Amino acid sequence: MVIERKWKKWLYFYIPMAVFILFTLFPFYWMAVTAMRPDGELYRTFRQANATPFWTLAPTLEHFKGLMQTTAFPQWLWNTMLIALVSTIISLVCGMFAGYALARLKFRGSEFLGTIIFITYLVPQTLLFIPLADIIRDMHLGNTPWALMLTYPTFLIPFCTWLLMGYFKTIPKELEECARIDGATRFGAMIRIIFPVAIPGILSAGIFAFTLSWNEFIYALIFMSSAELKTVPVGVVSELIRGDIFFWGQLMAGALLGSIPVAIVYSFFVEYYVTGLTGSVKG
Amino acid sequence: MSTVTIRNLNKNYENGFHAVKDVNLEIRDKEFMVLVGPSGCGKTTTLRMVAGLEEITSGEILIGADVVNDLPPMDRNIAMVFQNYALYPHKSVYQNMAFGLQMRKYPKDEIDKRVREAADILGIQALLERKPRQLSGGQRQRVAVGRAIVRHPEVFLFDEPLSNLDAQLRVQMRVELKRLHERLETTAIYVTHDQVEAMTLGDRVVVMKDGWVQQVGEPLELYEKPANRFVAGFIGSPSMNFVDVTISDSGGALWAGAEGLRLKVPPQKVEAVRAHSGKRATLGMRPEALHLANGSDHADFSFDTAVDVVEPLGNEILINFRAGGAAMVTRVDPAVRVKAHQNIRLALDPARVHFFDEKSGAAI
Repeated sequence: MVIERKWKKWLYFYIPMAVFILFTLFPFYWMAVTAMRPDGELYRTFRQANATPFWTLAPTLEHFKGLMQTTAFPQWLWNTMLIALVSTIISLVCGMFAGYALARLKFRGSEFLGTIIFITYLVPQTLLFIPLADIIRDMHLGNTPWALMLTYPTFLIPFCTWLLMGYFKTIPKELEECARIDGATRFGAMIRIIFPVAIPGILSAGIFAFTLSWNEFIYALIFMSSAELKTVPVGVVSELIRGDIFFWGQLMAGALLGSIPVAIVYSFFVEYYVTGLTGSVKG
Repeated sequence: MSTVTIRNLNKNYENGFHAVKDVNLEIRDKEFMVLVGPSGCGKTTTLRMVAGLEEITSGEILIGADVVNDLPPMDRNIAMVFQNYALYPHKSVYQNMAFGLQMRKYPKDEIDKRVREAADILGIQALLERKPRQLSGGQRQRVAVGRAIVRHPEVFLFDEPLSNLDAQLRVQMRVELKRLHERLETTAIYVTHDQVEAMTLGDRVVVMKDGWVQQVGEPLELYEKPANRFVAGFIGSPSMNFVDVTISDSGGALWAGAEGLRLKVPPQKVEAVRAHSGKRATLGMRPEALHLANGSDHADFSFDTAVDVVEPLGNEILINFRAGGAAMVTRVDPAVRVKAHQNIRLALDPARVHFFDEKSGAAI
């Protein structure tokens, strides 16, 4: 074993890591500080003698209170949660079956189909929303939660399918062959053996899908018009920026509260999530 | 209790690869049949077709009296042990072993009885509540075998079950498998690339190469009467020495000659070899068919050479040398003291000489 000099470890490891952490976490810190800063401090310029841009001397919950009382924020939170959950579940179920089929069943054009699905995922939403808006209107789904629950899967299903296909491929095929010899049908082997073994992959696909729908902006902006039906990202932006006035305190309070559920979801499943992405199954 | 019959079995893959060619096998009830051959010889594909995991291109497979070609794996009443064990990682050892019985709707107490019985046989009673990842390689292998035996299937299929184990454990498990087979008396088909495993485990052995069956026979039969040059070289370690010779007729006797080597064709081979007189053939000699010559050895079956490399193994010594333009090896008593580059005279046991056709490789 080579004993490294301490300063080298500092120079090449700790310091770069500290810089990286600072760089990543600073926006969140800024968000939190701004959300708790009284208005008086918020609109004070840097040049003033008592300016404290990086911390606050009089933390307040005023903005949170304002957010809850003057806007429909709790309702937005609920909408976002419901829509994200439903679209995640729809996408996961479709993605599990489609991913399994693409990973395991050999049929003509299965690889081509896999590629097509991936390309679908690459089509930018900014293009896709135009035809989708047409469909939503024709089906009279506009301004209902279903408009989002059914359009989010258009990009979530390809994503889940692709991620799960990769994960299923890492599971030794002998596992399901063995299950089939043991007396399971192909479908039974998939449900009883492959899906339980793939839980890390399924969870990480779910977390990703949930985050993507939680943060989605364009569809939510276009398909929802009533204030009480909006999701957090759209609601915060459309209701707290009035003309050229930015309600920074409430904006940041909304952003902070909006990101907490996602953070909780991540921290709960972080271990699964890592093995899900690196895809390791050990017998 | 069951036989397995394979008739004109063929497997063509979609990419045009012809993996199994016209295989015909008759596996008797309670027999331990080993398929052996180098990788890509079609042995695993054959086994997987018996299991129902691979489509059959043409031919028939019968288990007992029933053609099983179109039966799904679950309806063939077989059990298979895989090379990578294929234990269900999310289930405990007990659940792994019980799964096959649960799928077949056995009552709970019957499942429990069978699992504990199998665990007893394999000495894994203490591991029943563990997960596969908490087990060592040998223990996983035992669980995989246990999962197969609880079902009391008609046929056991083994796909290189020992190749993931280290050398010592492999020898130990080999003995255990043999003992297990004697106890359970179930027909078994065992695939391996290791000829030692094949020889020690098999009641009969099938040697395959490039999709063709080369020879089927009892282990010693393959060793002593190989059907062709491939089988002769594949079975036995170190493998048989081969040298290309020209057969000539002089003074009423047949001689096999190569550069610096002239040996008389032994009397029991004369008749068969005579047809090749004046042509080339391959002479085969097992390492133990050669020994250091002493006064009693006939000059017609002896030749001079120089030692190349000496490999002392303890229970025997392998002497590498060149003769007739080919590298060869002989196995001698460990008491013999020879050094590299020393000149020696070797004698051949005339009863243990093999001749092979130069082109087809078939035994003469």
